[in-house]
Amino acid sequence: MSSSAVIKDQDLVRGRAAQQSPRPKGPRSAAAREERRLPWYHALVTAGIALALSVVILAGVQALVGLLPEDQQVNLVGRDFSPFSLASVLVFGYVLHLAVAYVYSRLREGRRWAMDRVVTLVVTGAFVIAMIPLVSLLAEVVARGLPRLLTPGFLTGTMQGFTGGADGGGILHAIVGTVLITLGASIISIPIGLFTAVFLVEYSKTGVKRMLGRGVTFLVDVMTGIPSIVAGLFALALFITITNDPGIRSGLMGSVALSLLMIPTVVRSSEEMIRLVPHDLREAALALGVPRWIVTVRVVLRTAIAGLTTSVTLAVARVIGETAPLMFTIGGLTLLNANLFEGRMAALPLVINGQYAAGAAPCSGDTVINYFTRAEYACNTGINLERAWATALTLIILVMVLNVVARLVSYYFAPKTGR
Amino acid sequence: MSLPIEIEDLNVFYGDFRAVDGVSMTIAPNSVTALIGPSGCGKSTFLRTLNRMHEVIPGAYAEGTVKIDGQNIYGPGVDPVNVRRRVGMVFQKPNPFPTMSIAENVLAGVKLNNKRVSRAEADQIVEVSLRGANLWEEVKNRLNKPGGGLSGGQQQRLCIARTIAVKPEVVLMDEPASALDPISTLAIEDLIGELKKDYTIVIVTHNMQQAARVSDKTGFFNIAGTGTPGKLIEYDDTNTIFNSPANKQTEDYVSGRFG
Repeated sequence: MSSSAVIKDQDLVRGRAAQQSPRPKGPRSAAAREERRLPWYHALVTAGIALALSVVILAGVQALVGLLPEDQQVNLVGRDFSPFSLASVLVFGYVLHLAVAYVYSRLREGRRWAMDRVVTLVVTGAFVIAMIPLVSLLAEVVARGLPRLLTPGFLTGTMQGFTGGADGGGILHAIVGTVLITLGASIISIPIGLFTAVFLVEYSKTGVKRMLGRGVTFLVDVMTGIPSIVAGLFALALFITITNDPGIRSGLMGSVALSLLMIPTVVRSSEEMIRLVPHDLREAALALGVPRWIVTVRVVLRTAIAGLTTSVTLAVARVIGETAPLMFTIGGLTLLNANLFEGRMAALPLVINGQYAAGAAPCSGDTVINYFTRAEYACNTGINLERAWATALTLIILVMVLNVVARLVSYYFAPKTGR
Repeated sequence: MSLPIEIEDLNVFYGDFRAVDGVSMTIAPNSVTALIGPSGCGKSTFLRTLNRMHEVIPGAYAEGTVKIDGQNIYGPGVDPVNVRRRVGMVFQKPNPFPTMSIAENVLAGVKLNNKRVSRAEADQIVEVSLRGANLWEEVKNRLNKPGGGLSGGQQQRLCIARTIAVKPEVVLMDEPASALDPISTLAIEDLIGELKKDYTIVIVTHNMQQAARVSDKTGFFNIAGTGTPGKLIEYDDTNTIFNSPANKQTEDYVSGRFG
């Protein structure tokens, strides 16, 4: 940065002060002192003060509680509660920091900056609070699921023949099931959703079409609120009605149930994306003598493709982890079935549910025999929970891969403005 | 060869509202016709009816006849898409397609209509159109860069190149220079003078000096008040309109005494 730029920045920061004291050097006026911005590391100073205060106060409280007789301690704070811990110091320290930073800044920087510091702290705090569940969830799932996920055969084997605490088994059948069922749901929902969105934005302008458009929008909003288990029931009822077989289960039923949940998401978000395409572009293309449908496909959808990809990905991510609608539509299975149209299938959420529900495995001997392959496995009482966590991690990774792919598509197809 | 446009008793409606009332005029081939008038007087609406672009607006429709080369574009069985291929349009705000490069923008009309052109033909169309729009020298080294990266004036000339690339007979311009600086405006005005050789041009403008500079004939539109339809008050040689108009309203408007 050049020296002139630095001076300019300081002038901007000082604002009124710079105007009131035109002399660059010399004694500062009172107004100038009132409105100066100290460097960022002063925040560390205030944070240090706040944390130290927090430690002192909480340690003091702890000591006071310790002085009380045993029976009153229980009444006061509960038996297991300890006022002095890392979490309580941090939380209390943060609250104290709001006050410390305000006072410190009020004295050294002035009112405007003091308010700025406090609001910055509040906003940062809100961000951190929002991140805590996400980070701790990811850390927990990785820590508990990664060892089992990396076990040879977990991603390439199935659960065929595994019983009890046999330390083995894989989830290939569930990965294949989830991918196929979600793909099926996407094949059903994406065209329907996109075409509906195109109709709503491009074609429902006047008369009957306008009324129809209003109706469709209303119904789509209602559909958004359908509980996922009801979608599963609908798919079950539909297929029983068609085939007259009350025990029917198939991957396709799962796809139909999931597409019921996907369609409204696709419609609503694609509609917003298509609406964002400037009207000018449609007119420009129409004025070149291009038929309406080509304008829609090659100008409107092409311009909106980055946003459309995002909306579709979000919709897929929403349904890929659905458990309830799959329970009585695909049924669940311990072996590989890659035929979407016939027979029960497995899916990752169902495996998580099943394995977790199975809980601790009984171990009567040191080894368990897989009755299908006749192979011998060590007995591990925690195997079911390990599988559940590793499957959860697999599901998260699958969604992340999807997101990365969508990001790449958006990046390469987004409208270019560079020179 | 450009063709005359004969407009007879044209009324334009937005739903129940009559926006333009009973316009009749004849526009000579290879001429520049300027349409002037206060905001909301229906001149842009009227311009759009010349290639049926008003139909894009929900509820808009027109009555009357517009004959281009003797054929009524509102006749039964006439496809608006075909009309728009013969009558091109340039808009107020430059609107190149953001997903396309400069060359693709010029070829948009050809490509979007799924016409097959060889690479040599395509290059030819791009160069001829860009030269026609006085833009070739400025962009010939970056034809594959996005059209959105050009300056406003260059973008507008790119839009003109895109319009003439489909070889229309008539070019309509709706305040083509109102979003541009004086130098870019001058470039556009010079271009209009050159385009006149090959095309019939109708231009809507709020800038009376511009109308006086570029046009051969001028039409003055006015409304009696808000909510009343716009009418063609006077249509004559540009010189006559600006120097000795027959109508009092025209005189007030061009001399700046209006409103």
